Amino acid sequence: MIARKTIENILITLLFILPISGILSAQEHQNETTEKADFQVTEMILHHIADSHNFHILDWKGHPVSMPLPVILWTDNGLVTFMSSEFHHDEKATVIVEKKDQKFTIYHGKIYYANNEADEHGKYVDFDQDQHPINSRVIDLSITKNVFSMFLSMIVLILLFLTAARSYKKIGNGAPKGIAKFMEPIIVFIRDEVAIPNIGKQKYKKYMPFLLTIFFFIWLNNIFGLIPFFPFSSNLSGNISFTFTLAFITFIITTVISKKNYWKHMLWMPGVPVYMKLFLAPIELVGMFVKPIALMIRLFANITAGHVIVLSLISLIFILETIWVSPASILFTIFISVIEILVVAIQAYIFTMLSALYFGQALEDEH
Amino acid sequence: MENLDFGAFAAIGAGLAAIGGGIGIGKIGGAAMEAMARQPEMQGKLQGSAIVLIAFIEAVALFAVVVSFLAT
Repeated sequence: MIARKTIENILITLLFILPISGILSAQEHQNETTEKADFQVTEMILHHIADSHNFHILDWKGHPVSMPLPVILWTDNGLVTFMSSEFHHDEKATVIVEKKDQKFTIYHGKIYYANNEADEHGKYVDFDQDQHPINSRVIDLSITKNVFSMFLSMIVLILLFLTAARSYKKIGNGAPKGIAKFMEPIIVFIRDEVAIPNIGKQKYKKYMPFLLTIFFFIWLNNIFGLIPFFPFSSNLSGNISFTFTLAFITFIITTVISKKNYWKHMLWMPGVPVYMKLFLAPIELVGMFVKPIALMIRLFANITAGHVIVLSLISLIFILETIWVSPASILFTIFISVIEILVVAIQAYIFTMLSALYFGQALEDEH
Repeated sequence: MENLDFGAFAAIGAGLAAIGGGIGIGKIGGAAMEAMARQPEMQGKLQGSAIVLIAFIEAVALFAVVVSFLAT
């Protein structure tokens, strides 16, 4: 027992020292190259929260180690596929890939048609005066880091739920076992606290699958975003297209299931003078679209803000160029990470809760 | 006008949004705590609705943050 405690203590101490030693070596490395490049905080943070075509794992002796992901492009000459390793970790449009008589190059995570000749900086794209590339873009259907992460969370979700379902088949109506023991309280919570109060006892059953899916999917993706090493760590739920899709599904369901009463209260609300009706109808109509947009922005901004805070606290060490801030910076990072664990669960809950609320509004009967 | 640093204005905007959101969330939190103290048996329900209301306020503050992000 005592031995176990000692081992635990040593492990925890190592856990704290490990990032510091990493930072120390990074610090040494940085001192050598101070003249070459300043540390660009904004660029680093934006690079870390952005999507990318290969999954960067770590830097080994100055060389990036990453998992290549398939690049799928729809071009003028049809479908083109290759692995992202053919770009050789390039981000500055200095490497071209030639497929089907077309040349492609990558600049800051976006794939462009490349020029035939490189310019004097070795770049294969032309720029306007704001340093934005003016080459035409390719329709990009690649399996990027975010898509990979989404597939991963789907597989984990399917495994979790199938295991839970199988255990119910085995034990019948008895007490849940194994992973089902963990899942059941959450599912019951969604049913009793989210679905039934908002949608109503008669109709809630039809919407439970959607609410549960959206809750667990957002929650799992949020948690994956918080884990800072390889198969996780991508900022999926801080991606506006991801949250847009989820909010759009909620909007579609709300509109499709809506009853007469919902539209009546929106366009010609009873019990209000006519001139007020004329005034309120446009506001309510705009509100119909603002609700899903708010859902989208809320999830996106919350998760992105969390990532930005953590990255900023870590970059403090490199901005101030001293190791003595690292204990404070790491402690604050841990503190924020713990808060984030709470925030990601609350955000998943709020998304589910508001979806249920909108469904309930759409389904309301006349009274 | 061309040399104007929009980053500073965006930072001020984000700060103002934080003040607004802070006041709003503080009021909700205060009222929820008071209600919970008066009726401890309602705690669960009050907590749930307080979180949802905070989410609404927070959304407005986050809108401002996103706008100031876009402005830079």
